[in-house]
Amino acid sequence: MSDFPIPVKPKSRLRIALDSDLFYTFKRSPVAMVSAAVVLVLVLSAVFAPLIAPTNPFNPASLNLMNGFTPPMTPNAFTGESFFMGTDDQGRDVFSTILYGMRISLFVGVAAVFFAMVLGITLGLISGYVGGWTETIIMRTADVQLTFPSILVAMLIFGIAKGVTPVEYRDQMAIWVLILAIGLSDWVQFARVVRGATLVEKNKEYVQAARLIGRTPTAIMLRHILPNVLSPVLVIATISLALAIIAEATLSFLGVGAPPTQPSLGTLIRIGQGFLFSGEWWILLFPAITLLALALSVNLLGDWLRDALNPRLR
Amino acid sequence: MADPVLSIRDLSVEIPTRHGIVRPVDGVSYDIQAGEILGIVGESGAGKSMAGNAVIGLLNPPAHISKGEIWLKGQRIDHLKGDAMRRLRGKEIGMVFQDPLTSLNPLLRIGDQLTETMLTHLPISRAEAEKRAVAALEEVGIPGAAERVNSYPHEFSGGMRQRVVIALALCAEPSLVIADEPTTALDVSVQAQIIALLRRLCRDRGTAVMLITHDMGVIAEATDRVAVMYAGRLAELGPVRDVLTHPQHPYTHGLMASTPLASQGKSRLHQIPGAMPRLDAVPDGCAFNSRCPHATDKCRQAPVPRLRNGQAACWYPLVDEKVI
Amino acid sequence: MLAYIIRRAGQSALVLLIVGLVAFAMFRFVGDPIDNMLGQERTAEDIERLRAQLGLDQPFVVQYYKFLEGAVQGNFGVSYRQGRPVAEILLERAPATLELAMVSGVLAILFGIALGVFTAIRRDGWLANVIMSASLIGVSLPTFLIGILLIYLFSVELGWLPSFGRGETVDLGGWSTGFLTESGLKALILPSITLGLYQMTLIMRLVRSEMLEVLRQDYIRFARARGLRDRAVNFRHALKNTMVPVITVIGLQLGAIIAFAIITETVFQWPGVGLLFINAIQFVDIPVMAAYLMLISVMFVGINLLVDILYFFIDPRLRADRSGGH
Repeated sequence: MSDFPIPVKPKSRLRIALDSDLFYTFKRSPVAMVSAAVVLVLVLSAVFAPLIAPTNPFNPASLNLMNGFTPPMTPNAFTGESFFMGTDDQGRDVFSTILYGMRISLFVGVAAVFFAMVLGITLGLISGYVGGWTETIIMRTADVQLTFPSILVAMLIFGIAKGVTPVEYRDQMAIWVLILAIGLSDWVQFARVVRGATLVEKNKEYVQAARLIGRTPTAIMLRHILPNVLSPVLVIATISLALAIIAEATLSFLGVGAPPTQPSLGTLIRIGQGFLFSGEWWILLFPAITLLALALSVNLLGDWLRDALNPRLR
Repeated sequence: MADPVLSIRDLSVEIPTRHGIVRPVDGVSYDIQAGEILGIVGESGAGKSMAGNAVIGLLNPPAHISKGEIWLKGQRIDHLKGDAMRRLRGKEIGMVFQDPLTSLNPLLRIGDQLTETMLTHLPISRAEAEKRAVAALEEVGIPGAAERVNSYPHEFSGGMRQRVVIALALCAEPSLVIADEPTTALDVSVQAQIIALLRRLCRDRGTAVMLITHDMGVIAEATDRVAVMYAGRLAELGPVRDVLTHPQHPYTHGLMASTPLASQGKSRLHQIPGAMPRLDAVPDGCAFNSRCPHATDKCRQAPVPRLRNGQAACWYPLVDEKVI
Repeated sequence: MLAYIIRRAGQSALVLLIVGLVAFAMFRFVGDPIDNMLGQERTAEDIERLRAQLGLDQPFVVQYYKFLEGAVQGNFGVSYRQGRPVAEILLERAPATLELAMVSGVLAILFGIALGVFTAIRRDGWLANVIMSASLIGVSLPTFLIGILLIYLFSVELGWLPSFGRGETVDLGGWSTGFLTESGLKALILPSITLGLYQMTLIMRLVRSEMLEVLRQDYIRFARARGLRDRAVNFRHALKNTMVPVITVIGLQLGAIIAFAIITETVFQWPGVGLLFINAIQFVDIPVMAAYLMLISVMFVGINLLVDILYFFIDPRLRADRSGGH
């Protein structure tokens, strides 16, 4: 044995990730792997929609009304063109509208959850760290909001925001109003978890020490307390994403979400419902299946993540 | 001597786990006569409660009886299933649990809990059951029993609740009572009362009692005979006075020496070196060999000799080594 | 006990005041009421007169008080879109929603508890596992898709049940009911399943997990050790204790049913207050939105209060009488 420590090659970040418990349980869970694969495929095809989609359904030049109501995989009677998932009433390729629709659904979902997360973490940190009246006001607001189903809160915020927006901008702003509405309806969970963790961490020695050496409250909250709450926040964010996607689809389906000019999956289902009785089932079915696959796989992933990161829950 | 109320023969309980099968009860045999109180003593994890649960048929799956026989009043009961076993519970075997605060259903009046037990097992009318419920509470020394039958469990103190639990265990007049650490959760001042109550009721009725405890004081006070368990096996079995004053098994000796009651006057309590092995790592030969000051190669290899009443399961039993 | 109820009632009143403030702020600041009530050709005097008439020139607190006073008397102003008093429109629509919510609620509670108990008692049985897996899909399935699926199956393909509306109704002194006609009852089936399914899944999963928790308790072991029959252990002992935490959630779910009725009513064009609310959002009909908000808050808060009071009848520990000897 030499007296000198043998230099150990530092592990790469990838190595650390691959060796982690989380990745280990991931490899052992077929449900998680399948869900992750489905999510990955859907997200990638949404991101690269312009490259994958056979047509751009929102470019009027590429549309041919004669192609309307073409059933899937069947050549059109007039033009002879064939579409993988058929076309809708305006001759738009359903497959392409789904890819573009999923883009909007995912964008709204992710942005809303991100908004809710930032808002929830900020308010949670502040109410846990500052306490007093600030805390009372924030947490009572959360309680009152929690009394109502979040979809109702989202509808209401959407309605109010729409009322405040000038009429001529309403369609343009709809997506952002939707993000605001879903995000505002969903911050409470984040705030509660972060506040709880902050209350615990706040009194630990290392935070006291950081305070003594003159760290500012903001620095303490961000550098010391925040890292401790990341895993529950990640779990909530994943589950919230599934809920946000469903909420967006529901609002759009109800006609109080994404406008027909920028259709999300929910809008497409709303449009498709109109053709249910006349037999053009594909206009409804394919967007519905896509939405289901997206929501279910994100949900299952969130379920798995919750069990993997915190076996004590449930 | 008459037939014993309970007779356990070479009983083993196994739990399959990811790391192989563990045996929390391993080849245990003992009898309990009518009116006799047998103390089962040992550290936590020694398999005391598991043996009791096996007798009353309440092992939590995947734990199961893997070997041996249990006889109750001449009837073999270890293989009884479902409803046949249920009929014995409460009727022939009563059970008292450790924590009286959690043993009673908080939402039901104690009178209702008593009558439902009696009506399940005895061919009596509801009115008769209600009358007997009051009598049962009086018998366990609850003042104002006639009114207190209508009380809910939270309206009683811990000691009173344990009296209610005892009334419940005895209300269908079982011939065997298994009391699993009945005083552990109670205040010291109440413990002696509960032990005295249990002893009086069982003596009066001729009920056999299996008293599971880790408390040597309780053993000394209440039991007629005592069985010492270690790592799922019986280390020693015999009349309580003999075992307490002249322990033959080195483990029992160590246990007695480390008990404040037995080592009065000594300046320091004795400690047994090491800890009881985990159930998935019980050594070959005698389970105690790694901690025993007298252990030889024989103890580490050969299975210990079969134990009989008044003996220790040990190759080198201690002779006349007094503790007190 | 009385003190507890008074405190809870006080909290409820506070929630209502806050919601009232939100509703009032909507009235006052979203979509200027003057703009909405006067057309394009308006004069400065017109505006002043209307401002005075509506009390908009008074201090904020006074206006808020007047708004609350009106709301308590059922006066929520006039719908911008229909030009009729909001209260009148709501009253007309309420029976449809309440009947739908009631049927769905009963379905959800009955089946939710039954299936929850079943899956808890038979936790390792194959049927219980199938039900649990199905319920996970049920939770991920958006309500409106369930509705569409049912319509496709039972209206389009099989043609058994109507896909929209509430069929023929009978007017019982201002309450139009669909319970008394065959077409009314038929029309109720699909919407109430759609509305109740999600709540049923939630109740079922909750009952299951609570019951599994209760079945692990000492008093259940003790009940078994006393040889009580499985039925008595599961229902008399376990179910009763399970219901204590479950009741709160069920209460909240009943409120949620009325809110979620918005979605079901849209799918089935069910002429209730939910459909009214969605149309109000689409057309930014603020008085209707505000009134709906107030109405639903009263229901939510009322149900919550009721649930709290109900606790006293279920859990003797909460009755906290001092008769016990300690």
